This record gives sequence, C-alpha cells and structure tokens, in this order.
Amino acid sequence: MFFGLSEEQEQFQDYVKKFLADNVTVDEIRKIANGEDEALAKEIYSGLINLGINALLVPEEHGGLGADLLSAVAVAQGLGSGVGPIPFAGAYVMTPIAINLAGSDEQKAKYLPQIVSNETKFGVGLSEYVAAREDAGIDLASGKANGKALFVIDGDEADYFLLSNKGGVLFLVDAKDKGLEITKLTSVDKTRSYLELNLKNVAAEVLPGSENNPEIAKKVLDAGRIIFAADSLGASETMIEKAVSYAKERKQFNRVIGSFQAVKHMCAEMASDLEPCYAMLWQAAHSFDHEPDEARLQACQAKSHISEVAKMVSKKATEVHGGMGFTDLLGLHYWFKRIGLNRQLLGGPELIREEAAEIQGFNQ
Amino acid sequence: MDLNYGAEYEEFRKEVQGFCKEYQGVSFKRESNVVADTLNNSSATKKSKKEITRSEWQKILIEKGYIARAIPKEYGGYGGETDIIKSRIIATEFSKAKVPGGMGGQGIDMLVPTLLEWGSEEQKQKYIRPTLHGEMIWCQGYSEPNAGSDLASLQTKGELIDGNWVINGQKIWTSTAQYSQMMFCLVRTEPQAPKHSGISFILIPMDTPGIEIRPLVDMTLQAGFNEVFFDDVTVPEENIVAKRGEGWSVANSVLGHERGSLADPNATMNRLNTLINMMKEQTIDGRRLIDIPSYRDRLMQVQGKVMASQAHSLRLLSSKINPGQNVKLGGMIQKLVGTELRHELEGLAIDVLGEIGTLYEDSPYLKEDGSFQFTYMYFLGLIIGGGTNQIQKNIISERGLGMPKEPKVTEAS
Repeated sequence: MFFGLSEEQEQFQDYVKKFLADNVTVDEIRKIANGEDEALAKEIYSGLINLGINALLVPEEHGGLGADLLSAVAVAQGLGSGVGPIPFAGAYVMTPIAINLAGSDEQKAKYLPQIVSNETKFGVGLSEYVAAREDAGIDLASGKANGKALFVIDGDEADYFLLSNKGGVLFLVDAKDKGLEITKLTSVDKTRSYLELNLKNVAAEVLPGSENNPEIAKKVLDAGRIIFAADSLGASETMIEKAVSYAKERKQFNRVIGSFQAVKHMCAEMASDLEPCYAMLWQAAHSFDHEPDEARLQACQAKSHISEVAKMVSKKATEVHGGMGFTDLLGLHYWFKRIGLNRQLLGGPELIREEAAEIQGFNQ
Repeated sequence: MDLNYGAEYEEFRKEVQGFCKEYQGVSFKRESNVVADTLNNSSATKKSKKEITRSEWQKILIEKGYIARAIPKEYGGYGGETDIIKSRIIATEFSKAKVPGGMGGQGIDMLVPTLLEWGSEEQKQKYIRPTLHGEMIWCQGYSEPNAGSDLASLQTKGELIDGNWVINGQKIWTSTAQYSQMMFCLVRTEPQAPKHSGISFILIPMDTPGIEIRPLVDMTLQAGFNEVFFDDVTVPEENIVAKRGEGWSVANSVLGHERGSLADPNATMNRLNTLINMMKEQTIDGRRLIDIPSYRDRLMQVQGKVMASQAHSLRLLSSKINPGQNVKLGGMIQKLVGTELRHELEGLAIDVLGEIGTLYEDSPYLKEDGSFQFTYMYFLGLIIGGGTNQIQKNIISERGLGMPKEPKVTEAS
C-alpha cells in the first residue's frame, strides 16, 4: 500500500517547479500577463512542452506517455505553484481524455499524435455544459453548430476547439472556420487565456462516443475540475511559503512579525487546512482512473473543497504580507487571481456541491 | 498510488469481519467502576442478549490480537508485531459493524506506552496487565489551576522523606478520577532546577490517605472532570517512573498519543452518515431537511472536509509503512483539524434540527438520544483540552513552518 505521488510523479512535478522557478520570476510573469513579451511567453511555453506535459495523457499507442490523471495532477500542482502561464487543463488533459474516450479510431489516430507533437492545439469550452450564463450555449444540428460559448480556456493559439452542447455531445470545430468569431475576454488572471466564441453554421466534428453517452462529458468535466483543484492547491502552497518567509523577515516593533501569534496563527490555519487537501486531491485523481463508483463524487468534492481552502489561503497569505501584499510590485496577486479563476471555472463551489448532492441522490 | 493492502491483509479483513458478525450487538453490563465511553457512541448502552463485562470484552480482544497487539505476552498483551495496516483494518471494520472497540482511557492509551518506554521491569509487571484488562483504571494528574497551557510551570510538590514521596498540591481537569484506582502524576520534585527539568512522573494509588476528589461539572452537565487535592499524600519511592527530574520528557513522549486519538476519522465518518440519515428522515412543513438547499449545501461542505480528512488519514498511514514518505505537517494538524471538524459537524446537526436541536437529557422529541447536542459541547471541550487549539497553532507554526517563538516577556515591563 502506498498513498501519494510516486517517485516519478514527484520528479515530474519537481521538473515543472524548477523550470518555472528558474525561468519565470514575478517580473517575467508580469511581462507575459501584460502581453509585453511574446517571445518570452513562447519560450516558456515550449520549455514546458519539452518536459512532455502535453503527452502525459495520450495513450502510448498514439505516441504519448499513457499516464494516469494523478500524473497530470502532479504537473498541475507544479504549474499552479509557479503560476505557469501556459495552457494545460483544457489543452492537455480534457482534450486527450475526450478524444480518447469518445473519438472514432480515425479521430484518435489523427489528433492524439498531434497533441504529442503539439502541432495542433486545442481550446476547450464546456462552461455552458455546466452552467450557461448570458444565454450562451450551442445548438448542434445536421453537423452544424450555432450559438455562443463563453469562458473558453486554453484557446489563444488553438487550431481547434473542443465544445459541447447542453446534452453533453462533444465536438470539435476548426478555429479557421469562417462562421467562427473569436473574441478575447479579459479576466483577472492574465496568466491564462479566456475567449468568447460565436458560431454561425460552423462545421462540427462530433466525437461519436459522446452522442448517446452523457457520462463521457461528465468524465471530461471531472478531469478538468480535478486539474483546476490541483492548480489551486499548488498556488496555495506557494502563497503559504511566501507568507511564512515574509513573516520571518519583516520586522515591526523590533521583532520579526512571524513571532507574533496573530501572524503565526494565520499561517498555521492556512497550512493545516491545506494539508488534507493533498490527500483529497490525489484520492480524487486515483478514483478517476481506478474507482469509477467513487470518481464523480470525489472530483466534485475535491474541486469545491479545495477551492474554498484556496480562497481562504489567498486572502490570509495576502494579509500576512500587509500593504506589500496589495501591491503589483510584489506580484502576490498573480497567485490570488489564479486561485480566483480556478474557483469559478467549470463550476463554482456551490454549483458543484449541488451536483455532489445529486450524485448521492440527496436532492429529490 | 496503490491502495491495495495485498491478499494477506484481505484475508485478515475477512477474519475481522467474521468476528464482528459474531459479536454484533454485544453490550456491557453496568459496572460501577467503569466509565461509559462517551466518545465511541457504541452500541454499549443498548440492551441486548450478548451482555458481558468490559473486562471480559478486553480479554477477548487481546486474545484475538485486535488490541494490545504489540504489547508482550508477559505483560498481558497479545505479543505480536506492530502492524499499522492490521490496526487500520480492525478500526475500520469495527466501526462499520458498530462493534465496540477496546477500552480507551488514560491508562491504556497513555500510561501503558509510557511504562513500556520508561518503566522499570517491576512497574511493567505490576501495572500493565491489570490496566489492559480494564481492572485498573488510571487518571492523569497533569494540569493545575495555574498550569494549563503552560503545563511545565506546575507547582504540586513532591518531597522524598524517609523513602517515601510526600505530595502536596492540587490538580484539575482530572477526568475519571472518581473511578480510578491509580493516577500518574507530574510533581515538582526539584524546586531548584529550571522548570522543565524539575518535574518527576509519579504513580499514586487513589486510595492513599490525603487525597480528596471534588467533581467538576462541565457544560454538558456531566462531571467529566474533577479537582484532586493532595494533603501529605505519601507513596513509596519506587513509584517514580524514570529518574528524578525526567518527568517532563516522560510526559511529552506520550502526549502525542493523546492528541492523535482525539478525533478519529472513522468516528467522524460514522457521525456524518448518522447526520445524513437524520436529514433524510426529519422534516420541516413536510419537507425533508436534506431537500432544503441551504442545509444541504452546509452538509456538502462538511462532507468535503470529512472526505479530505479520511484521505489524509490514508496518507498518514502510508507514511508510516513507507519510510521516507514525507508528510510534512501531516500528523501535527490532526488534533486541530479533527476537533474543529467534528464540532462543526455536530453543530450543523443542531442547526438543521432547529428547536429540536436544543432539547436535552430525557426530553421528548430528542433525536439520536440527544447525542448531537452533547457531542457539540463535548468537542468544544476537546478543542480546549489536550493542548488548546491555539497551542496547536503555535506548535504547527513553530515546529511545522519554522516560525520563531514569541519572545519571553521580561519582568521589568
């Protein structure tokens, strides 16, 4: 019996963390977030791709690493801890899982190797499948998609978008389709992309396995939720580390502020609420691949609970930094905003808890 | 990640399940010297055909190796190897089947491990067996009115006079003192030494002349605690455990046992299930409590926390059987997080019950024997006791996160 990340998974996570620590300082994050240095953004993106994070979930027969979701979770924790400004949850987790579970043999043979080579990039828009705002949503009829998809993730350089109608039918659209209008949305978290798609008679390539099986879309959703939880966990871990080390240096009243119980207790509260989240997250990822009966509940609860803890951490860690925590100069806000965006993506805690209740038959 | 325990353990699990089936519904004869185990919420209070004494039950469990597993046979234990996975399987299966576990209490949970580590051969021979068998109940004499969180400032005095310890002073928060045959007590024997190295660990028979016990009724309206007064209480010199002045180290080596055991995740999961069932059965205006969205959302929040702590306990288990696995703050947070969670869970039950949740003792309309009301208050006691949760936060921030201690206040100010 072993409960935790394997040595390989930890190593992979360390590579990601080290790469971000070495290459992406707060100044660089700021440049990327402000769109001031596209070359740098590309360099970081390709550096992380070189580590193989894109190939993790693609089966070996299609040239990938054939890893399980827990490996992707290990990476996502690393990306969250360094606010990695690259696509991941949508492009390299939800997409390969969707194509692998619901794609035809031809689709798998075509797209999966292209994810491994990163020649073809995918944005993902499942927001309306979870909860449609602003009357968005896509109708699918006779191979044509019409409507609007909001809050599409990972799509800045996408060649295709993975979308869904309200019934959970998954399909791909070509980013170059003439009927597709792409608009950038600005979110608080500028380390990741956020798009609006308007579709007029756009050719939709349905993933046939999802047509009569709504469980597929849910599975893809579970994976995305677990990855966002992992990202928030990693970001929270860093925020606590930063708060603790700031509190050990900053002096007031001739003492380091970390010797005041008011400050120590905030740090202890953050750390002790976050600590069980590791196990919860890993359990959810493990259930995703190995315990189908448990998987949906685990994914929902991990996303909602970790979002709540991360929100608390993001607030308290900022407070420990005092006025500096509020400044752009320190850049702590990148982690704060990362956690803020993750919390809402693919359903905020209240919506997801309602789903968790439904899974257990609690709301009749 | 590998959550399989392997064939040998699955075999063992079946054996335990068989045992649980055999003893399902076991309950205990009322005995004046035995304390009801309020924490376990077991079936112990319900009438049933399978009535035996607590002590008989202890012996059955020891014989099977379900408790006292790693304690040598010569001291009355099972004489096996420590096996954390088996312990976990036993705890899980007993909990699932609602079969009562072994006795807890200060003697079994704290004194026995202390004696195994520090006691003389004679002390081990004399005390461990009757303690394990539930025939010798112990209480813990640590806290004093002026030595709470700052336990090491305790002042109860012990003087060695003519081969006897003569003890004077007062202890407080002494649970089970009125039922106990023995107390293990921290006593200041070296008044000249620095406060941590002037304390000795002494065993005191509770029928020694000069001991006075006064019950201390707590907010649950039970006398869960006592004050114990010592007036020239005289015990033989050999009743000291370890050397003079080593009492602080002796006590600290087992405080960890207590903290970890205050909030068992299996018990918390059982309580969550009890709460869920209650919310499906009880109604407001004919509507099930669980169908009321605000109640349901709070339930789901608590469930998330319970699931996290369950997973966390698996991670801790794993770290014990896989040397080198780093769990960082893993064990340190258990008392803080576990007691707060349990208090929240019981409090939610009271809120969803509304006015019914304020009924107490033997009132009509009581649900689950009023256990939510009782446990809500009881766990507030546990949040304070066993090292307050504020002290826990000091420990976590200092030992876990490496933050500095609060500077000592100088007398001059």
